Amino acid sequence: MKVLIPGPLLSYTKKKEVEADGATITELLADLDRQYPGFRFRVIDEQNRMRPHVRFFVNGEQLFEMTHPLRPTDELQIVQALSGG
Amino acid sequence: MARTTKKPATRTQRPTARATRAPRRRPSRRVVVLVATRKGAWLFHGDAARRTWRVDGPHFLGHIINHVVLDPRDGRTLLAATKTGHLGPTIFRSTDLGRTWKEAARPPAFTKAPDGEKGRVVDHTFWLTPCHANEPNAWYAGTSPQGLFRSNDGGVTWDPFSVINDDPQYQTWMGSVQDGTPDGPKLHSIIVDPRDPAHLYMAMSGGGVHESVDRGRTFAPIVKGMEVVEGFDPATIAFHDPHCVRLCPSNPDRLYQQNHCGIYRIDRPSNEWTRIGRNMPTQVGDIGFPMVVHPRDADTVWVFPMDGTTVWPRTSPEGKPAAYVTRNGGKSWHRLDSGLPKSQAWWTVKRQAMTADAHDPVGLYLGTTSGELWMSRDEGDRWGCIARNLPEIYAVEVAELR
Repeated sequence: MKVLIPGPLLSYTKKKEVEADGATITELLADLDRQYPGFRFRVIDEQNRMRPHVRFFVNGEQLFEMTHPLRPTDELQIVQALSGG
Repeated sequence: MARTTKKPATRTQRPTARATRAPRRRPSRRVVVLVATRKGAWLFHGDAARRTWRVDGPHFLGHIINHVVLDPRDGRTLLAATKTGHLGPTIFRSTDLGRTWKEAARPPAFTKAPDGEKGRVVDHTFWLTPCHANEPNAWYAGTSPQGLFRSNDGGVTWDPFSVINDDPQYQTWMGSVQDGTPDGPKLHSIIVDPRDPAHLYMAMSGGGVHESVDRGRTFAPIVKGMEVVEGFDPATIAFHDPHCVRLCPSNPDRLYQQNHCGIYRIDRPSNEWTRIGRNMPTQVGDIGFPMVVHPRDADTVWVFPMDGTTVWPRTSPEGKPAAYVTRNGGKSWHRLDSGLPKSQAWWTVKRQAMTADAHDPVGLYLGTTSGELWMSRDEGDRWGCIARNLPEIYAVEVAELR
């Protein structure tokens, strides 16, 4: 699955578009963390919740649940939300 | 339930207190000043005379850096507590004085709560303390909201430390996010007794000052004598707001504290703090954030008062910044403002943003909320500005290079 990476996370991936696998957001982030150690904790907290200023969109639709099912043909976009000056 | 007690802990063995004033020494090592800001970190390398400074930075431009600390046990490992506006908190580590940085493999994080319960989340790591000299590579970290963590591998992996993070009594004393400081309640002032690695202190804003004599397995509050905001009950631990607590290297039985409600000293084994800030000039008051102890003289400490009246502006009183020093354990205080702005300077020095080196005379360093780094080579008699136009400064540490 194609994953679009926002600026704050490019220090991990070094590129704006990467490939990762997973049947849910949880699984996909686990794969991203395997490829790019440390990635997951910057966007998901220790209680398995999305961090306040990170958003996930699949095919243009915002996701709110970590268990949301994903298909290999989906495109996931991780977005940096407003966080102040 | 975790083992905690409301009674102050007592130690079965206490080494004899050292002399109040230790022999002077004249180190000539170069120093590096570690400046943590709201938008990155900077290192200022000084010459042996502390007269010229080479700036190295920014490191982590745009990242929120709450603390950068050099490991005094190896003289080269730096830890930086970081987060960004968007991303979660982490720790970065450098073993070459900041030339390269590597992220912690497992940053401080609370234990996952059972399903159906709302667990706590580390917003940021606020405070870093190297463990005892006999525990190489071990570190403590204090977080916001209040949590205590330990690493045994130089900051690579971190685990919740001690029972307090999940203890129901401590949860009550920590209060909620609404009870804490504007940018989050904090665990800070983690202190290791240089005589005994099992003897620890830590403080919480809010939540009081606490001591452990069993290497952090249990803690007990030490708040007797400390005042709280008028109208509240000082017997309620949650109402206590110690801003900064420091232990005197030359007399580890003496600690000083800058509190939301005054300046205090305690001489162990007493469990009662004495408000020595009553002796400050009335028009200045004894409210502030930082507390700085002399490396060799337990009677000498410095504070940097702020305006804690009316709506709590948290600026220099009347816009006239000054440090104050006592050289007799708090009986009297002397204003130190030579070289600092004489008027219209409305900044504050935060609790981690003032420190001292070990030279003779002692060098003092402070960073302001307006992004200025100031230094005195003569224990505060004369101040000079090292840098201006930095982001808001959160922490200043100074370390000697080998």
